[in-house]
Amino acid sequence: MATAYDIEDLERWNEKIIALVERFGLDPFPQEFEVCDNEDMLSYMVYSGMPSHYPHWSFGKNFEKLKTLYEYGVSGLPYEMVINSNPSIAYLMRDNSLALQVLTIAHVYGHNDFFKNNFTFRSTRAQYTIETFKSHANRVRHYVEDPSIGLEKVEAVLDAAHALSLQCRRNLAIKKPTAEEAFKMKMAESQPPSDPFGSIHRRRETPAPDLSKVPLYPDEDLLIFIRDHNRQLSEWERDLLTIVQAQAHYFVPQIETKIMNEGWASFWHKRILESLELPQDLHMEFLVRHAQVLRPSPGSLNPYHVGMKVWEDIEKRWHNPTAEDIEEYGPRKKSGREKLFEVREVERDVSFLRRYLTEELIRELNLFEYKNRGNDQVVSRVADEENWRDIKETLLQNVGTATIPVIKVEDSDYGNNRTLLLKHYHDGRDLQLDYAERTLKYVNQLWGHDVALDTVLDGRQTQLVFADGKFALKKAA
Amino acid sequence: MHTIFRPYNSSSGQRSDRSAGDRLRHRQKVREAIRNNIADIIAEESIIGKDKNRIIKVPIRGVKEYRFIYGDNAPGIGQGGDGEPRPGDVLGQGQDGKGSQQAGDKPGVDYYETDVSLDELIDLMFEDLELPDIERKRLRQIEVERQFRHKGFRRKGIRVRLDKKRTARSRVKRKKASIKHHPGLPAPQRFPFHIDDLRYHHTITDTRNESNAVVLCIMDTSGSMDTMKKYLARSFFFLLYQFLCTRYQNVEIVFIAHHTEAREVTEEEFFHKGESGGTFISSGYNKALEIIEQRYHPTLWNVYVFHCSDGDNFESDNEAALKAAGELTQVANLFGYGEIKPLGSGYYGSSMITFFSQIQEANFQTVQIQKKEDIWNSFKTFLSKDRAREDAA
Repeated sequence: MATAYDIEDLERWNEKIIALVERFGLDPFPQEFEVCDNEDMLSYMVYSGMPSHYPHWSFGKNFEKLKTLYEYGVSGLPYEMVINSNPSIAYLMRDNSLALQVLTIAHVYGHNDFFKNNFTFRSTRAQYTIETFKSHANRVRHYVEDPSIGLEKVEAVLDAAHALSLQCRRNLAIKKPTAEEAFKMKMAESQPPSDPFGSIHRRRETPAPDLSKVPLYPDEDLLIFIRDHNRQLSEWERDLLTIVQAQAHYFVPQIETKIMNEGWASFWHKRILESLELPQDLHMEFLVRHAQVLRPSPGSLNPYHVGMKVWEDIEKRWHNPTAEDIEEYGPRKKSGREKLFEVREVERDVSFLRRYLTEELIRELNLFEYKNRGNDQVVSRVADEENWRDIKETLLQNVGTATIPVIKVEDSDYGNNRTLLLKHYHDGRDLQLDYAERTLKYVNQLWGHDVALDTVLDGRQTQLVFADGKFALKKAA
Repeated sequence: MHTIFRPYNSSSGQRSDRSAGDRLRHRQKVREAIRNNIADIIAEESIIGKDKNRIIKVPIRGVKEYRFIYGDNAPGIGQGGDGEPRPGDVLGQGQDGKGSQQAGDKPGVDYYETDVSLDELIDLMFEDLELPDIERKRLRQIEVERQFRHKGFRRKGIRVRLDKKRTARSRVKRKKASIKHHPGLPAPQRFPFHIDDLRYHHTITDTRNESNAVVLCIMDTSGSMDTMKKYLARSFFFLLYQFLCTRYQNVEIVFIAHHTEAREVTEEEFFHKGESGGTFISSGYNKALEIIEQRYHPTLWNVYVFHCSDGDNFESDNEAALKAAGELTQVANLFGYGEIKPLGSGYYGSSMITFFSQIQEANFQTVQIQKKEDIWNSFKTFLSKDRAREDAA
């Protein structure tokens, strides 16, 4: 397909964009752009943009789905795809127009800057991303080709591991205590509180801590827990669990900052392109494309739109605070720009929205809450005086990893028969029962013994049990 | 700040169809899921008797990826469009969130559909089933043309049949010979392939022996066979017919429809036309005997006879039917009788199964079909009975 520009054009625009990026104070990783066609793009989407990725049928399924949707025109392809690595790699679609490429390049620098500077991504070790995924791919392929293991067995473990991969710690900046530290914490907890009058009256009885329990504290990393505590797993099975968990850890920050990240990139591509002095025709197309990307999608939530609105609001309120703002928050110590860069570094979606999504913004974004009633989704609350707080709370439950139920390992020897006891930390939302049932079966497969899950269904304490190959549901009386 | 642009590489698209392996594996999973649901799919009325190229949509369960997710009582957040949303407004159903790459989304529909052609489905259905005996009548074999087979080598041929090893060897031979022939000359620097070096595989058509089989499908089309019964009978024959087509290289099929009289009909008529009238089962059997006598003599053919009826025969015909059935068991490898008694139709009239129990021959089989879910099972029973008997013999 003939395109009206070539690589030199892109490089020329890129230089101008970089000058602006530096002027605005963004601080991205070195960047690599690869021009690809739509087939390549589909593949990259399926394999999370990684040049090398381990094989699994679920990627094939996803590919077929995306391709069908794309071919029937149900959904388009993304203009760009950028991965969190150092140097950052981004893919540009060959058939896009020049204006779109310029917009995309600017957008990519926004993401890149965010990857480098936001605290959630510190744990991802961006300089090793490509190598890590390559190494995972090699190891999985090696197991598949090993005549004593083979595809079927590897697949069975991966299927089960995928089901549990996101049952992991959400905030990776918080360090997980080692076994030793957990032991010390438990001991410290069981010490009686220091009593200045200890010599006068009798010491209070403190129960001895149960130090034989595994885990001492509920453990959220299901795969890692099973890997470390199921002695029957072979080395390659452990390695597969490690791989799946490592990849989940790599993606958690992206799940955690979807709205911020997209908003940030959109905010900056707009700023950059407005300062770029585009010729008339490119500028017109930029305006159209920008409006398409940022258009609110009625009925659901467009992270680009919501994110950018919040960023713009922050800058406005800090740059040009109203009297009310000053009264509420005190005089501004930071300029709008400084505040933006601070927020980009220290927040993730939940905290970002909790702090900076104001009542006015909720109203402006026209947010509402819906509930399922039968097959329909029905609007339950709109952003009025009394409901906007509830809407905000519901929104916070629907961003980042808050969309994933919190399930922790409570006990690995429940009932003294090596049953693995899990607990769902219920927050008003029930589990989807059939999915829970099948997932519990996967837990059982990996654990090798019976498993039980405490949860709440329809307001009643319930235990889901997968024992002796059968599923059972025990409701509390 | 350092930036690299890597231009588009047109070969990379062809070079790395990287998802091919994963797609194939997914496809296999889908097939597996279809096979596990085959009984449900057979019960779908629409697939019976439709032409082969038709694409049917098959609902699949079992290739979903399960996780712990929230159920229906989890509220969501949406953005209003131009109008003001009001409490109680209905948004529509099962919409997926825009950012659906995120895990933990709503499950969406409970299953998804996949397109399968009827041919493919038939292959799947019969993958597990085995042929009811084919080796028995050795004398009744004929030769059929089969696959191509390698035999020898030629100097001329088509590119795909080029034998590289032999070609290389003949070049070496030629080189040696040429050095020997001109002992004074220095060995040439380059000794390229010559057209005479090329060697190709030669293939011949192979013939091998195959059994002949003829299948006689006899169906009761009398008035008492209502739409449902006919549908069940046709479904059964449809399976049988498809099965035989996939398994035997050389199979002939005869369709006989009978009420008080029997006649031979085409496949189209057999599966799609209704008739009415009374029932003389013997008429169908005698017609079958007649056809066997004229065209498919049992010394040359494996004969299979299947009959479907509701068992509602005229009393006066029963003796004749029994006698004809007895004769059929003498000439046929397997004679199957399927009785269609939909649930709730009541056992008015006689059941021919009880009546036919007088036939002692081992190659006579009866089966009762009550509802459409039975079809697949009774079909398997039919064939497995034949096998079990074989094993015992």
